[in-house]
Amino acid sequence: MKTFSIGGVHPAENKLSAGSPIREAALPKQAIFSMFQHIGAPAKPVVKKGDVVKVGTLLGEAGGFVSAPIYSSVSGKVSKVDVALDASDTRRMAVYVDVEGDEWEESIDRSADLVRLEDRPDLDAKTIVEKIKQAGIVGMGGATFPCHVKLCPPPGEKAECVIINAVECEPYLTSDHSLMLEKADEILVGVALIMKAVGVERGYIGIENNKPDAIQLMTEKAKAYPQIEVVPLKVQYPQGGEKQLIDAVIGRQVPAPPAIPINVGAVVQNVGTAFAIYEAVMKNKPLISRVITVTGKSVKQPSNLLARLGTPFSQLMEECGGLPADTGKIIGGGPMMGKALISLDIPMTKGSSGLLIMNNKEARRAEAEPCIRCAKCVSACPMGLEPYLLSNISSQHMWEEAERECIVSCIECGSCAYTCPSNRPLLDNIRLGKTTVMGIIRERAAKK
Amino acid sequence: MNVILIAVIVLGAVGLVAALVLFVASKKFAVWEDPRIKQVSEVLPQANCGGCGYPGCSGFASACVKAAESGSLSDLNCAPGGQAVMEQIAGILGLQASAAAPKVAVVRCQGTCDVRPHGVEFDGAHSCRIQNMTGMGETQCQYGCLGEGDCASVCLFGAITVNPATRIAEVDESKCTGCGACAKSCPRGIIELRPQGPKNRKVVVLCNNKDKGALATKECKVSCIGCGKCVKVCEKFEAITLGTNLAYIDPDKCKMCRKCEEACPRGAIKAFNFPPRKPKEEALKVAEASKTPLATDAPKAPVATEAPKAAPAPVKESTVETPKQD
Repeated sequence: MKTFSIGGVHPAENKLSAGSPIREAALPKQAIFSMFQHIGAPAKPVVKKGDVVKVGTLLGEAGGFVSAPIYSSVSGKVSKVDVALDASDTRRMAVYVDVEGDEWEESIDRSADLVRLEDRPDLDAKTIVEKIKQAGIVGMGGATFPCHVKLCPPPGEKAECVIINAVECEPYLTSDHSLMLEKADEILVGVALIMKAVGVERGYIGIENNKPDAIQLMTEKAKAYPQIEVVPLKVQYPQGGEKQLIDAVIGRQVPAPPAIPINVGAVVQNVGTAFAIYEAVMKNKPLISRVITVTGKSVKQPSNLLARLGTPFSQLMEECGGLPADTGKIIGGGPMMGKALISLDIPMTKGSSGLLIMNNKEARRAEAEPCIRCAKCVSACPMGLEPYLLSNISSQHMWEEAERECIVSCIECGSCAYTCPSNRPLLDNIRLGKTTVMGIIRERAAKK
Repeated sequence: MNVILIAVIVLGAVGLVAALVLFVASKKFAVWEDPRIKQVSEVLPQANCGGCGYPGCSGFASACVKAAESGSLSDLNCAPGGQAVMEQIAGILGLQASAAAPKVAVVRCQGTCDVRPHGVEFDGAHSCRIQNMTGMGETQCQYGCLGEGDCASVCLFGAITVNPATRIAEVDESKCTGCGACAKSCPRGIIELRPQGPKNRKVVVLCNNKDKGALATKECKVSCIGCGKCVKVCEKFEAITLGTNLAYIDPDKCKMCRKCEEACPRGAIKAFNFPPRKPKEEALKVAEASKTPLATDAPKAPVATEAPKAAPAPVKESTVETPKQD
């Protein structure tokens, strides 16, 4: 069975919420829409205090090309436009909406009927991309890169295939898995739309083989689409990384940055993104909700919730049996790449794929000890880097050296820190080095 | 015998030729270095702190000699060496040393554990920069001191340390040379280099919080809320300006009257190294005695309730330190 060629680890899967159907979460009393729900320029608020909004009303317009608009997921009144604590653990600009009723914009088609690509012969590539851009769709796997940017290949580059990331390699998370089981048809139409948008004839859906039911269902449904192939993959973290997935599925390696997947002819999109694209293009529904896994060993009822964006995490927690008493850490996302949150008041955003509660025992990192030069991190690194070295030179602030050692290639998957027998905070240091070196590179480019 | 002789002759000849080549090369390719660079170098503290902006003390020495050609040392200052060293350098170069005001680092945060509780615990690598990248840090204030000691680790003079009780960086002014290494290392820009001031006195807004008043109040009990009261009392000197919800005292304009310190309802402004406010208290007592009790109750109340709560540290410190100073 296929997988990527270098490194990788296999953490305990702990897919506690696997097989639990998607439940719709209740509407929040107040929804908070951060203007920073994607990578790139933040959205600019276009509403003010007192404005009445419906589900699907524009709250913030895109702040540039690499940016995305933000729509209201609830109806009600804007109570303020102010800073709010968001998933970055800092206070940033956001729009607060006090929820009243559940009124939708009339342009949104709320019926459950499946609209196939054949039903809409009027759609051409340009229209599809424009609709995706208007709907504010970003990479739903957690990277939140504005989707339309990836669908517009830079001049001189030609996409050859679309790869759908349905790997869900993060332990605990099952949101993509449950989405595939329930929305297989819609996802496949979404994939077909992406393929049409980038003008390719070949599409792959990569699924790890710890989800046999999803592989079977998707393969069955994909028979109607001869151009789309479901590729079962061996379970290996971080297969959901863009570069790792391309390697696993079509066997091509993306060179070091600034090269991007399109340089090897691949466009990668998350399976959740494919579903959002289907809804945006066929149903005129902007990105206002997503499936989120609320899970953890002490959580009473680990579930997959279909929740409106802007819902505070505290409410999602209530829906799953409340915050366990022995909570040690709250993580937005999965255990490997997720980010510890400092409060449950933080609202969910476009990139919130999971809410993981770790108990006191799991939460604490073990004390770091000296490096024993076992090189486990080197063999675990999926980018072929030397994490122990990068960590050391970063903590010594040797930025030039770090740049020479390709620190910017790091995808921050955390395999090195996971595998380290001395519990060294490798990724903490590497991330510092990467951020600093990227800053230096940008500065240098700006000077030129 | 013969063999030894040949060896000695050959080796001697080779040595002679090599010596000749080296001699010629040393004359022909000699690089002339201004002897003053060495002289200046010898005067410098050799801390290689980089506070001057040049790579080490020798770099600064060459810069000084180069600047001497243009006839002025005004842009150059060796912070650790101070005025004495600059005068010596000026002596070597036959110039007048400009009177550069010595600077010290000031940590603009008073958010100790009791006024700014640590709600969560950071479990990652112990570095301010790394903690800052993860977001707000352990407290609710995203502008305040993180207390992991990046500044302490870069200080070559042991002048800045993190107090484990308060988890705030503290500067030992007697050791601080004003090189600015700590200011550069602080990811939140809390540390500012300020002129030492006459008798080491200075009045500083010890807060970096740019949040709006209501939020800043929640985050920390001694935060600047941008109310502008200090700006009002300083209208005459215009030393205080209000940035994004944050007051700033211009050290060049400050007349050290300490009115702003009194006016600040949050205790965010601190006067360093001043004698205790004796005359003021006496005046208050006189006023109390002369006026009716009803009228004095009003102004007395805030003084009594706020002073111990908001700024207990400054009061104590000034009383302790002043005997040494004056």
